[in-house]
Amino acid sequence: MKSLNSTSMDRRQFLKVTSLAGVGFAIGPVGFANAADQNKHQSLGNFVRISKDNLVTVIIKHLDKGQGVTTGLTAIVAEELDADWQQMRWEFAPADAERYNNLFFGKFQGTGGSTSVANSWMQLRQAGAAARAMLVDAAAKVWGEDAASLRTQAGKVINASGKQLSYGELAELAGTQPIPAEPVLKTPDQFRIIGQHIPRIDSPEKTTGKAIYTIDVRRPGMLHAVVLHAPKFGAVLKTVDDSAAKKVPGVKAVVRIERGIAVLATSHWSALQGRNALIAQWDESQAETRSSSTLWDEYRALLAKPGHVVREDGDADKALANSNNKLSLTFELPFLAHATMEPLNCVVELVDNQCQIWTGSQMPTVDKMVAAQIVGLPPEQLQIHTQLAGGSFGRRASPNADYVAEACMIAKAINGSAPVSLQWSREDDMKAGYYRPMALHQFHAALDAEGKPVAWHQRVVSQSIMRGTPFEGMVRGPIDPTMVEGGSTLPYAIANLKVDAHEHKSGIPTLWWRSVGHSHNAYVTEVFMDEVARLGGQDPLTLRLALLANHPRHAGVLKLAAEKAGWGKALPDNQAMGLAVHESFNSFVAQVALVTMHQDGTYKVNKIVCAVDCGIAITPDVIKAQMEGGIGYGLGAAMGEAITVKEGAVEQNNFYDYLPMRIQHMPDVEVHILASDQAPTGVGEPGLPPAAPAVANALRKFLKGPLTKLPFGTKLDLA
Amino acid sequence: MISFTLNGTQRQYQGDPNQPLLWYVRDELNLTGSKFGCGVAQCGACTMHVNGQPVRACSTPMAAVQNASITTIEGLDSVAGKAIQHAWQRLDVVQCGYCQSGQIMSATALLQNNPSPSDQDIDQAMQGNLCRCATYHRIRQAIHQAADDLAREV
Repeated sequence: MKSLNSTSMDRRQFLKVTSLAGVGFAIGPVGFANAADQNKHQSLGNFVRISKDNLVTVIIKHLDKGQGVTTGLTAIVAEELDADWQQMRWEFAPADAERYNNLFFGKFQGTGGSTSVANSWMQLRQAGAAARAMLVDAAAKVWGEDAASLRTQAGKVINASGKQLSYGELAELAGTQPIPAEPVLKTPDQFRIIGQHIPRIDSPEKTTGKAIYTIDVRRPGMLHAVVLHAPKFGAVLKTVDDSAAKKVPGVKAVVRIERGIAVLATSHWSALQGRNALIAQWDESQAETRSSSTLWDEYRALLAKPGHVVREDGDADKALANSNNKLSLTFELPFLAHATMEPLNCVVELVDNQCQIWTGSQMPTVDKMVAAQIVGLPPEQLQIHTQLAGGSFGRRASPNADYVAEACMIAKAINGSAPVSLQWSREDDMKAGYYRPMALHQFHAALDAEGKPVAWHQRVVSQSIMRGTPFEGMVRGPIDPTMVEGGSTLPYAIANLKVDAHEHKSGIPTLWWRSVGHSHNAYVTEVFMDEVARLGGQDPLTLRLALLANHPRHAGVLKLAAEKAGWGKALPDNQAMGLAVHESFNSFVAQVALVTMHQDGTYKVNKIVCAVDCGIAITPDVIKAQMEGGIGYGLGAAMGEAITVKEGAVEQNNFYDYLPMRIQHMPDVEVHILASDQAPTGVGEPGLPPAAPAVANALRKFLKGPLTKLPFGTKLDLA
Repeated sequence: MISFTLNGTQRQYQGDPNQPLLWYVRDELNLTGSKFGCGVAQCGACTMHVNGQPVRACSTPMAAVQNASITTIEGLDSVAGKAIQHAWQRLDVVQCGYCQSGQIMSATALLQNNPSPSDQDIDQAMQGNLCRCATYHRIRQAIHQAADDLAREV
């Protein structure tokens, strides 16, 4: 969701404090609220709550789907507040775009584009610092001392003679102190939590089975719902015979909704039996009926024609025409499923003109608007209770709130007579859409006498993610920027550089998939760059560094990763190293892969050494975990994942024919974080893009040519 | 009637014998730590111990648990299980966490059968447990750590 980053952070923030009678006080900067709204939310909207039982709760407006924002954002507050890590708690914010908007997205609450930490860095530091100042003022009142003579440490205010008051003891009085207009923030040398190893705040409940996800939400009288979807995108229900389904023990209702037929039962198992008994006829006259082979043919036809130019430096066409030292390469990358471990789900309770929704929501603002329309209630009568998500990778940010809409349709269809827990099966999840678009990339380069590229032309054919959605406003011109990001932003100094593109249209729904356009553009640009180096007889590291003179952060991570991996050292004949560097979401990552090739063409990725520059490292271990996870997700896709369609229907079903990475293919990962004093940037996505090209570049030594068709599999044809 | 022990409690079941153990445990006993991920024994998120062995509860019909002793993540209290959980916490293995109950049940069963597993043993025992967050690298480390901890305690 890079393109959502384009709005610069809005500075119109102001602090607001709420005294919670008998509880303590709460504080937080609020963006975009006017005076009237402020009063309306007087008893609610805040980011930090300090209670008399000495607990500090940070209200998290972003979704934690594994990336660790609950730990990271809590750490930011704990730092400025000088709290003890043990007293820190967190909870998800309600859906409220007034108070909990993403500062990069405008008046819109959402998680994406690896923005959570970048957004919250100043916002939560100010909240923590203001709260700390008010606690100090409260202690000064109690003791009749000058606030300036007091200090704070580990959740206590301490005076010169060592007297102490805990934040809990001071909470109520602190809530009556004036809010500092400009709270004094720490300087980095004063950080005690930021940059240190702190334990993940969610580890205990996630290792004991106690963590609650949407699938675990229980409401009194709740019915379990499953939906029979159309077999092809765009098909609509013609007729259904539900007589057998209704006879299945436990089945309470079968209802037609816009998206299919829902079966409601007292247990998930009964609902599934009911669904199996449905006999449905579909009208496919408006459905997508093309197959993957047809789509590729159409992509190739587009590739043969000049595209819409999205970047042009110098004159690449002319430089290519005038050169006799050139190379060309074409890459094919498939549709990919997010395939989150928790298949999509949502719980809806529609009672007394109130709609309560439980789901892991990346975009509560969208979910709320869509749900309000379906159930026919004004948004203020809807509440979203954000749940931990069993993965998302972009999937829980669909612009039409698809599965939330579906749950609301079912609740509406039974007139709210029972709470509804909609649970998709793995097959539903695999087949009902939203995929990383397939992409075809063609490159041409020309080299000078020294082997340096003087011309570079990339043509992209892919499918838009945002066109035809509420995000269409982000598309300026004929090309959705998410198709070309990473290619159009190529950092290498090449005098004649052109990127052009075609948008292909199909009925296969597409979506942001971890790192979005970077997921394919990084692969193709970095593999092609190695081919350029190869043709020019250059070392891939040396060539890149020569072309990155004006990009010190790219060069910085590249040098660090290469140094730590021992780039250039002698390796056994059956081993090789490859590297790649890529910037995404304002973070810079380089990776060096070490692989071992076996005689039968199978191979092992032994290790990936990763260097990341994401500004100030708030929680280094969470950053490392995100690099590890991004590497596994990206490399796994390149090795085994593809969604294909046959006459419009998705061919894959479950984890026996859609093949994510398993433990035996996961390399060791060593992560190095560059020391930085820059503002922190995201890490949820940037670890992914360099992984697959680094591995492909390492494997190249054993192959006849570069790996241009993904997934490249776990067994290769050797040279 | 199907009789069995679940987390130390004797239980009887009279419902559909084809209902998978997972849905019985989740929907009837309301123990939600075991997760649904695939329904066809391909992802391991539902892993429980039946008579000490790891099984995929999503594909284990109730008819198959007659007289069995079943342990879910909620009832995990073996020495190996605790060592695994502690190592998981110490290394902060989890990300989204959804698959981790199953990972922990599989890893515990591994250590109960093999107190000092090699990387290869780990790959073999754990390859039925998917993790889309790709926490595999830490899972491997955590199993080694737990094995070391257990070796010290003996």
